[in-house]
Amino acid sequence: MTALLAGLRVLDLTHHVAGPLAAKLLADYGADVIKVERPWGGDPARTRGPFQGDLPHPERSGLFLHLNTSKRGITLNLRHETGRAIFRELAAGADAVIESFRPGTMDRLGIGYEALSALQPRLVLTSISNFGQDGPYRDFRAGEITEYAMGGPMFATGYPGREPMKLGGSVVQSHAGQAAALATVIALFGVDDAGRGDHLDVSIMETQAAGQDRRATMLIAYQFIGHVNGRARRPGALGGGVRPCADGYFSVAAQAHWFPIVMDMVGHPELAEDPRFATVEARNRVEAAEELEPYILPWWMERGMRDIWREAQSRKLLSGPVYSSRDTIEDPYFRQRRYWETISHSATGSIEYPGRPFRVHTMDRQPRRAAPTLGQHNEEVLCGELGFSRRDLGRLRAAGVI
Amino acid sequence: MASPSPAGGPAVRLPLAGVRVVDMTLVWAGPSATMFLADWGADVLKVESTQHFQTATRGNVARPSKEEVIALRSWRHAYPNDEPGERPWNRFSLFQNHSRNKRSFTVDLRRPEGMEVLESVLRVSDVLIENNVPETAEGLGVTYEWARSIRPDIVMVQMPAYGLEGEYKNYRSYGSHVEAVSGHTYIRGYPDLDMSSKDEVLFADASGGLVAAFAAVSALHRRRSTGEGAHVELSLVENMIPNLGEAIMDYTMNRRVQDTLGNRDPYRTPQGCYPCRGDDRWITISVGGEAEWRRFARAIGRAVLLDDPRFRTILARRRNHDALDEIIAGWTARRDPNEAMERLQRAGVTAGAVISDADAYRDPHLEARRFFQTITQADIGAYPYPGIMWRASATPNSIRQPPIRLGEHNGYVYRELLGVTGETYDRLEREGHIGEDYAAHIK
Repeated sequence: MTALLAGLRVLDLTHHVAGPLAAKLLADYGADVIKVERPWGGDPARTRGPFQGDLPHPERSGLFLHLNTSKRGITLNLRHETGRAIFRELAAGADAVIESFRPGTMDRLGIGYEALSALQPRLVLTSISNFGQDGPYRDFRAGEITEYAMGGPMFATGYPGREPMKLGGSVVQSHAGQAAALATVIALFGVDDAGRGDHLDVSIMETQAAGQDRRATMLIAYQFIGHVNGRARRPGALGGGVRPCADGYFSVAAQAHWFPIVMDMVGHPELAEDPRFATVEARNRVEAAEELEPYILPWWMERGMRDIWREAQSRKLLSGPVYSSRDTIEDPYFRQRRYWETISHSATGSIEYPGRPFRVHTMDRQPRRAAPTLGQHNEEVLCGELGFSRRDLGRLRAAGVI
Repeated sequence: MASPSPAGGPAVRLPLAGVRVVDMTLVWAGPSATMFLADWGADVLKVESTQHFQTATRGNVARPSKEEVIALRSWRHAYPNDEPGERPWNRFSLFQNHSRNKRSFTVDLRRPEGMEVLESVLRVSDVLIENNVPETAEGLGVTYEWARSIRPDIVMVQMPAYGLEGEYKNYRSYGSHVEAVSGHTYIRGYPDLDMSSKDEVLFADASGGLVAAFAAVSALHRRRSTGEGAHVELSLVENMIPNLGEAIMDYTMNRRVQDTLGNRDPYRTPQGCYPCRGDDRWITISVGGEAEWRRFARAIGRAVLLDDPRFRTILARRRNHDALDEIIAGWTARRDPNEAMERLQRAGVTAGAVISDADAYRDPHLEARRFFQTITQADIGAYPYPGIMWRASATPNSIRQPPIRLGEHNGYVYRELLGVTGETYDRLEREGHIGEDYAAHIK
């Protein structure tokens, strides 16, 4: 059976995390994605680790390899008129272009939405930027931590009395990439009816401000009750929270009505009737958390996280262990599901990669292609599809076009 | 479905117009997936029941007392002006967040007649999305085989926390547990505090909602060209793991278990969150590369740092990050976060104020882009809401319909869509399928 997005041709002009992840989603589900990199060094993500063996090498960045699976790759110097001409020719045959340059760059290069839609009126151009294509912050610099600070719920992430805390790795960029991928397939779906393409403006700040990791709800709640959400956590309130156990940490959800179940599990069912904790209001007192710990913690400390997990789940308590990357990768459940995928690459050999985010049961899973080495498909695309000769390629290379 | 043109001109056709979605989602990740589809024109029909109350969706309980509302007062448990009101389930903050642009109808699926109604709706729909615990969906008979027998080309998206089979199949989980099992919780937070300091982050729900919607639309693409439906299984943990590429690949390539870096970055130094003038005011600063470092040192009036051996190279700066942080905090502490941000940005330095909920509504950029939109919902009145997540230049879009009230569109679904009228409609109402209030036995 055909892949979900088979038949779609996408040009990926993006770099770092957000854009490449958007194009990777399309590519992993069957779109023909051609990643276009600058000839000098390519995507800067190639210079970010982790590197295999900790030795920096442009073909051995784990981050780059992960974010660019299933794509083909060419190099093009878009500052060079011939490079732009080649790009226009490719765009004329593409369904979508995804770009993450600073706003205005595409227009300055003569390959902005107007120029491209004149060539291919059904083209969807997805522009991913820090703050969107207009507005006072448009030209501000930003990255993972600043986007989270300005758009996301960073003010409310962390410990009371401490500085606001970012999330792990580059998840904010990753989330923006998923939004851009969704925006792209939605717009492409409407092309037939509309008879034309569209220009999408994905502002990373707004993917956070409208984001479903607490922020949008917090913004609404602020209007409802006038309360600014801060880092106001009550550790262990209602019997919930993250606690140490024999071999790690284990987390259980806090909810006033599940309190008796947690107390029963730790061998203190009487506490549900105890006047100190008998009502929702009483359980929710700030001091209640501390009063409860002596009853809960010893039970936790005597058990391993997998044992607690089984016990808590048998009582249908929403819960889970705090896994390290090793724990996650070695967990037998995801192994049995054949989640992890081993992909072979010329510079690294075979490595295990995160699997695809969802599976389509009604079709076979095709093995994925490794991320392209810099310019790997120059000949295949330029000669095979645009009719350049191998001698032309030499000239283009000498002129710094590819 | 059409979006009113802001200029009052002809309505714009949204890209998912004509797609009908049966929405059997609850709590958060699932409802956000269908919200994105509704935002862009799909006719999303939320299946609800007046006979059963799903906690954490339209409230923790259906009818909280005013005292309980005040006791549990928080962002996820907020009722306008702390009043539960006549129909509290139409006033709950978390539900208001993801239920705009949809339609709500009620039916009791635990009775055969209810399932018949659902089947009739499914017959005229394109997509079915659900994120129940797998055994709950199966208990109702909601499986892909069933859906396909009703509508052969259905696109069904299931969003279990772990998977549809095996040991963890029915493990209960909120987003925060998906975070923990995927490994995100481990690599975030304060390096000097242990895991029990980790507060609740629900990033995995946000990511799962986006990608589930992506899966649904991608499957519709294929259905359009092949006529085939699809059965999509999105495990929230499996969807979360690819967001953690650096940590995962470091382990699979180097067998290194990454720990939290707090607010720091392996490649950008200095980077951190620094206190500003005022109470609980902060700015984030992230300096990458030598040129930006030089601009930064000059912008904070400390060009002398450029010659300081402690900070001369990026490796030295990383080694002496604590000392550098103190110097930076000395500069930021005397300044307002926005003023410091403007000044650093003008100098070409990456900096961003930490914007609280109150600040967001005053933020000049969000205002210039008209990000917030004021919506009136009959049971709560007019409030500003965060708008549509991205823009399309040829398809101006906005929130068209307020967050749905329970059973608000029973008339549309039963009468218009299914042609159920007269005595049958009245009977379904009497028997508790059709209604706008939870049954009296539900507290």
